[in-house]
Amino acid sequence: MTSDLVFILLALLTIVPAVWVVFSPNIVHAGFALLFTLFGVAGLYAYMGADFIAVTQTMVYVGGILVLVLFTVMMTRVPLGKRANYGLDRFVPAGVLSLAVFGLLYKTITSVDWGAGHTEALPTVAEIGTNFMTNYIFPFEYISLVLLATMIGAAILIREQKDMEDEPENGDTEVQS
Amino acid sequence: MNVGLPHFLTISAMLFALGLFAVMSRRNAIGILMGVELMLNAANINFVAFSRYVQHGIDGQIMAAFVIVLAAAEAAVALAIVLAMFRNFGTVHADTVQSLKR
Repeated sequence: MTSDLVFILLALLTIVPAVWVVFSPNIVHAGFALLFTLFGVAGLYAYMGADFIAVTQTMVYVGGILVLVLFTVMMTRVPLGKRANYGLDRFVPAGVLSLAVFGLLYKTITSVDWGAGHTEALPTVAEIGTNFMTNYIFPFEYISLVLLATMIGAAILIREQKDMEDEPENGDTEVQS
Repeated sequence: MNVGLPHFLTISAMLFALGLFAVMSRRNAIGILMGVELMLNAANINFVAFSRYVQHGIDGQIMAAFVIVLAAAEAAVALAIVLAMFRNFGTVHADTVQSLKR
């Protein structure tokens, strides 16, 4: 009974702010609503007994990605206002497609027999660590390369581009002369 | 009520539909990115739920960890692109930026 109540509260904590993320005309409000959604998802992981994933979700999403998103929102100085961030003309096709996708997914979820049984929730951290170092050693190393490439790529993307701008202008003048 | 797999799958489907709506209706590129994050979270809930209730093992949770790492990488690159876009075009609205070069 208490467990059901916890589940309902976590589900509300996930879905209600997600609605606000999607429909809020103010992008800063959407970012802060995303905070609650991500916490709710972390709570759902914890409810399912996935303790490692729950902690990872809190650290990476809430502590990393969300801060990044909010900093970008502040640095890009989006003009506030309802029309600025929103395309009201897109509500109809977006709503139709989203509802269709949700209907299809819900029909699938309710009609298929998943063969779900009640398994026992065990501590996962040790097993995940062992698997990272044995069965998943190649993806584990490969994803570190991906992160390195991402870091370099992001740094190159946002660097000052003064030097690059001079060269095409010189090229243009030479062609004109 | 016995909380089981279908409940988590339903929440995941709701999150996915909301994320899809955000991706399609937002003009702000950061808002589109938030929608993508919602969809990735929906997929992650599915991974963990199936790992918990159907398959006896830890593989789904490991896949969820990889998805979280890739989402972090994707967010870093996408936000760098948004910042570069804002510097070059002075806007973050995805529909007003139509050229690859200034």
